[in-house]
Amino acid sequence: MIIDCPVCGPRHLTEFSYGGEASRTPVGIAQTDQQAWEGYVFARNNPRGLHDEHWQHSGGCRSWLHVRRDVTNHRIHSVRLMGPFAARHAGHTSP
Amino acid sequence: MTGMRLPSGGNCLDRSRPLQFTLDSQRMAAFAGDTAASALIANGVSVVGRSFKLHRPRGIFAAGTEEPNALLTLREGGRQEPNVKATEVEVFDGLVARSQNRWPSLGLDVMAATGLAAPFFSAGFYYKTFMGPSQKAWMFYERIIRRAAGLGAATLQPDPDRYEHAWCFTDVLVVGSGPAGLASALTMARNGVQVTLVEQEPVPGGHLLQEPGLVDGIPAAEWAGQAVTELESLGVRIMPRTTAWGYYDGNVISAVERVSDHLAEPLPHQPRQRHWTIRADRVVLATGAFERPIAFAGNDLPGVMLAGAAERYLARHAVVPGQNIALFTCNDMAYGAAFALHDVGIRIAAIIDPRDTVGDDVATGVADRGLDLRLQQAVVAAHGRKRIGSIQTAPFDIARGALPGGERIAVDSLLVSGGFNPVIHLASQAGGPAVFDRALQSFVPGEAREAWMATGAATGQLTLAGALGDGARTGAEIATALGHRTVATAVPSVTGDRGPGAMPGIFEIRDKQKKYGKAFVDFQHDVTVDDIRLANREGFRSVEHLKRYTTLGMATDQGKTSNIVGLALMADARGISIPDAGTTRYRPPYTPVSIGALAGPEVGAALRPRRLTPMHDWHVAQGAEMMQAGLWFRPRYYPDGAEPLEAGYVRELSMVRGGVGMVDVSTLGKIDVQGPDATAFLERVYANGFAKLPVGRARYGLMLREDGFLFDDGTTWRLSETRYLMTTTTANAGPVMQHLEFLLAAHWPDLRVKLTSVTEQWAALAIAGPKSRDVLRRVIDDIDFDNTAFPFMGVRSGTLNGVDVLLARLSFSGEMAYEVYCGAHSGAAVWSALMQAGEQIGIIAYGMEALGALRIEKGHVAGRELNGRTTAADVGLGRMVSARKTFIGSTLAQRAYLQQPDREQLVGLSSVSGTRISPSSHLIDADAGDARSIGHVTAMTYSPELGTYVALGLLEGGMAHLGKRLTATDPVRGNTVEVEVTDPCFIDPDGSRMHG
Repeated sequence: MIIDCPVCGPRHLTEFSYGGEASRTPVGIAQTDQQAWEGYVFARNNPRGLHDEHWQHSGGCRSWLHVRRDVTNHRIHSVRLMGPFAARHAGHTSP
Repeated sequence: MTGMRLPSGGNCLDRSRPLQFTLDSQRMAAFAGDTAASALIANGVSVVGRSFKLHRPRGIFAAGTEEPNALLTLREGGRQEPNVKATEVEVFDGLVARSQNRWPSLGLDVMAATGLAAPFFSAGFYYKTFMGPSQKAWMFYERIIRRAAGLGAATLQPDPDRYEHAWCFTDVLVVGSGPAGLASALTMARNGVQVTLVEQEPVPGGHLLQEPGLVDGIPAAEWAGQAVTELESLGVRIMPRTTAWGYYDGNVISAVERVSDHLAEPLPHQPRQRHWTIRADRVVLATGAFERPIAFAGNDLPGVMLAGAAERYLARHAVVPGQNIALFTCNDMAYGAAFALHDVGIRIAAIIDPRDTVGDDVATGVADRGLDLRLQQAVVAAHGRKRIGSIQTAPFDIARGALPGGERIAVDSLLVSGGFNPVIHLASQAGGPAVFDRALQSFVPGEAREAWMATGAATGQLTLAGALGDGARTGAEIATALGHRTVATAVPSVTGDRGPGAMPGIFEIRDKQKKYGKAFVDFQHDVTVDDIRLANREGFRSVEHLKRYTTLGMATDQGKTSNIVGLALMADARGISIPDAGTTRYRPPYTPVSIGALAGPEVGAALRPRRLTPMHDWHVAQGAEMMQAGLWFRPRYYPDGAEPLEAGYVRELSMVRGGVGMVDVSTLGKIDVQGPDATAFLERVYANGFAKLPVGRARYGLMLREDGFLFDDGTTWRLSETRYLMTTTTANAGPVMQHLEFLLAAHWPDLRVKLTSVTEQWAALAIAGPKSRDVLRRVIDDIDFDNTAFPFMGVRSGTLNGVDVLLARLSFSGEMAYEVYCGAHSGAAVWSALMQAGEQIGIIAYGMEALGALRIEKGHVAGRELNGRTTAADVGLGRMVSARKTFIGSTLAQRAYLQQPDREQLVGLSSVSGTRISPSSHLIDADAGDARSIGHVTAMTYSPELGTYVALGLLEGGMAHLGKRLTATDPVRGNTVEVEVTDPCFIDPDGSRMHG
């Protein structure tokens, strides 16, 4: 599998670390509602098909990425940079 | 009569280079270019092995990678390799080969007596017979069964050879160099496409090397040679002896190149095998087809061989399997073998063909040679003991099968051809469905789900012209798709081609009266036609159940000759069509891959990276016993002569408590946290407050996971208003960094904070003990070490022999202690300078064991207590958790069940009698008559100050049991001790030593 890092370009899977399912919206640090945190920490989508997930380019620029991947054939549909520079590196979406 | 070598011929043979090798110590003659199989036939060897379960004699059945029978153990010593197919072994001078699964010898096999009991050895036999109501019977019998049934044995010696990993990036990978593979590669290369061609055999050409026809007016084998020369001149990389064994997502193909397997040992600087990961834009699967056997009684006897294999042995190696040969076929292709053998003077006893009619070319060929062709006849049985001696024929009708009548014909060999199965393994691995082809009565690759195209015999194009044309078309299509301008490429012309004719699906000649013996489907696992019908009767009907119940196709050959026949028989038994019975998906590897090739160079010391601290050489020079902590090498203790571990660490611990000692802590994780929002960031990631930490001070921080459990701890030092040096435990250096980076990326992209891992940039040591300050004062004169000027938890920078150092007054040991940080390149110098400065006051270096013992005596938590299941309250740090702010983990840490009083919580444990506590003990309340484990010991040490063994443990209810006596027991090691529950801090509870 090759992930097209928006910062470094296409790199082999072995340079990346998986960071879990990514459809959840992070809970604000001031949030004290247990259910809100439980939903964020424990609930996961497990779709057959397109799957949103976090990857870190841990053996490269160390960026955290939002990747949309088809789990039935490992085809990657989009890679988005997360964090403060997300807007500068829009990433790309393949058809 | 047996096989022999002809005086001339053999297009793969170099008769100028005679070789010798041995099979079971018997000398065999061969020529360069021989396979072990061709040479064994040439030497008249019939029985090459005994079958897996029934110990039946088995000979050479095929000529290539599909061989199910002829498995050998090659070489000796560390290079001994079991279960190698004789058909794939290139003979070299001095090769030592041994047959397998026979005792005491091939000719006389005592275990063959199991054959007499054969009627009982049906599918599921072992389980039905030996698995009684209890497991005990199976446990007893299994060892005996495993000895009786088996293949070769692997060596127990280390492998002396080297293996490599390599990567290949190519526009197009062509798998297979037969007519379709060569034609596609030629077309693409001529149009400028970058092509890589892999071929599992030593010589490219595939079926071209045995085709009787002419290609472009020259013999097919010669044309293959010219094609290879042209491909090389066009820059095509041709990789012989390379098997593409796995097809993975994104068009990644795994292949093994057998660099040195054809040599006695690898040449200097050469690996034995090289594992390739090939990434290709497009893949051409020109993998050909396997000839399919037909099941009939005695079809496993030595001397029964696939027709195409006999043709190949004759063409490539000038070897014939016998001298009085019958052919049993239900297609026209296989007649080529009989014609070729007849043309070199071998007697063809009869040709048995169950069909009504044959093609005109074949009919002419039979008539011209005056051969005895018997249409509408079948072979119902082969007879013989250690080799076929005769065949029993019977009239045959497609609808009704074998009929009464027929005759017995004396033969010394029987060639069989039941049709052809395209090699669809790689396409199937790539997710392509298998599609049933009526004409072939077999499966071809379906719709491609990766960027591959199958071509030639792999798609059912069995004729030479068909395969060449298909290959050329495939090549042109890919060249165009890749944007190359395609010039017209001539499809090679073929004269003297042959076609398969009608190929009815005849998979078995059923011996309905059971007059004859067993008919085999899977030779290597001894699966018979009756086993398949039994599986049907007993309800194991789906392909997946059939496979597991009978072990069909589960041997080392993975059913290359047996899967389709087995499937057809099951479909027949169920009264459904073959495609309705379904097929299993092929999985990698296509052929067995050595573990060495997969491991590559990552063995022994290169298995994992070795992380060494800047002071490593000093530790080694001082005779430290080193231990691995994760990837790090750290000193365990510095033995005084032959001093044992416990005496050593107790001595080191006493020296620290009574004087001064130094320990290398360079492995601690270190993160440089910078930015205007650094303080706000730490407030959010630590459970305790950091907002009021002044510059020049350090604070112990407790980090929780989002779910509220403890994650990590460490000290964080405030270096300026906007800069902190965070330390983590050694084990969590990576995870903490990753966690913090994720929080900044996903949760708080607005925070102006930058994190840099500086673990390897800083060397770090801790100097501990009442005299630690004295040592530092001797070498650092620009820091005021006075207790008020440099208080506990203070951070100061200074210089030591001209090296910039950063000091923090921290204590893991409970003594007055400082951590000294400097640039990694100066670590060794600073360490040595301090050791030298402390020499007069008796400084020592201490290792991991003493470090651990010191913290146990103080009740400080470490990895064994931060086990992912404990909360801050569980380890007695609940009061550190801030209630005045929200932070990662604050909300979920308040979940009700985490507040229950009976949770396992940290306690101290003291051995009542003074005997040793096993560090793997469980805690039991024996007085309450309760044998249940209510906790466990996490760490233990001998405490010279207390004169007994003390431990930390996690105990249900924790400190509520203070003063109680419990039993610490480790039944595995037979250690049971009475312990008293104490406060986890055994020494200096008010901390006066470290503050002093």
